[in-house]
Amino acid sequence: MSLTAEDKAIVKAFWAKASGRAEEVGSEALSRMLAVYPQTKTYFSHWKDLSPKSAQVKKHGKTIMAGVGEGVAKIDNLNAGLLKLSELHAFTLRVDPANFKILSLNILVVFAVLLPAEFTPEVHVALDKFLAALSRALSERYR
Amino acid sequence: MVEWTEQERSIITGIFANLSYEEIGPKALVRCLIVYPWTQRYFSSFGNLYNAEAIRGNPNVAAHGIKVLHGLDRAVKNMDNIKATYAELSVLHSEKLHVDPDNFRVSSAGLQQMHSAHLKADRLVSRRLTFPLFLHQLLADCLTIEIAAKLGTAFTADTQAAFQKFLAVVVSALGRQYH
Repeated sequence: MSLTAEDKAIVKAFWAKASGRAEEVGSEALSRMLAVYPQTKTYFSHWKDLSPKSAQVKKHGKTIMAGVGEGVAKIDNLNAGLLKLSELHAFTLRVDPANFKILSLNILVVFAVLLPAEFTPEVHVALDKFLAALSRALSERYR
Repeated sequence: MVEWTEQERSIITGIFANLSYEEIGPKALVRCLIVYPWTQRYFSSFGNLYNAEAIRGNPNVAAHGIKVLHGLDRAVKNMDNIKATYAELSVLHSEKLHVDPDNFRVSSAGLQQMHSAHLKADRLVSRRLTFPLFLHQLLADCLTIEIAAKLGTAFTADTQAAFQKFLAVVVSALGRQYH
């Protein structure tokens, strides 16, 4: 399920609208993931405060969305473009790649919450494909 | 035995009490058929699903989407006994329809009525519908997204957690009778 030219255009157009709220999207998605899938908290056991308003959650939400933005910019070659990020996740963070799907779903839910009119089924499918491709790129260096 | 907090119960009943089944049901199913086009395989009797416009305009899709929500309604009214509520339907699905339980995040009452009417014809029994793995997970996710779009920021993290837990319990209950 590779990204077509149309998919890429849709992703870029949507990102142009959403990127201004990147920090909000990121921290909301992260908070929801922690609330709905509590097993993911294990990766954040070193944080004092896991509540949505906490400084750590906000900062990390921003970090995550910066990664998504980098993916949008390098959409024509995600595997090569995100090699460094993949190495970070594979060797240092060692996040189980199964969690990429979970976070992706929560990012999509937040898009629906914040941009309901723009997040049509057509946009949804392009973004779902993009986040899946991004997840694959992040998994590249795992083994 | 599933434990529900008072907050979870109130969240679930609140969502369904304020929901327009006629609006959200069709939207969720339409979204599923567009975002995950392979799911169209199981609705081949519904007529034209050729493109997004056709799916949106298809009255069978809309009607089915509404039925899905009415089916979930049954679980909302029997939150402490979802397993038994869907037991009959679960047997029906495993023995007559050969539906893969991993797909099931959907309906009960409406489905039972519809299928018992159809079962009188041979075609459904012999046709052996087999849903692919995760079909109903996909529909559940689309329903979550439509509710999120409708409620906006009122669809908080806690609301989302309760709603997804509810859908997970329904799926599990429907899968109970499979062997």
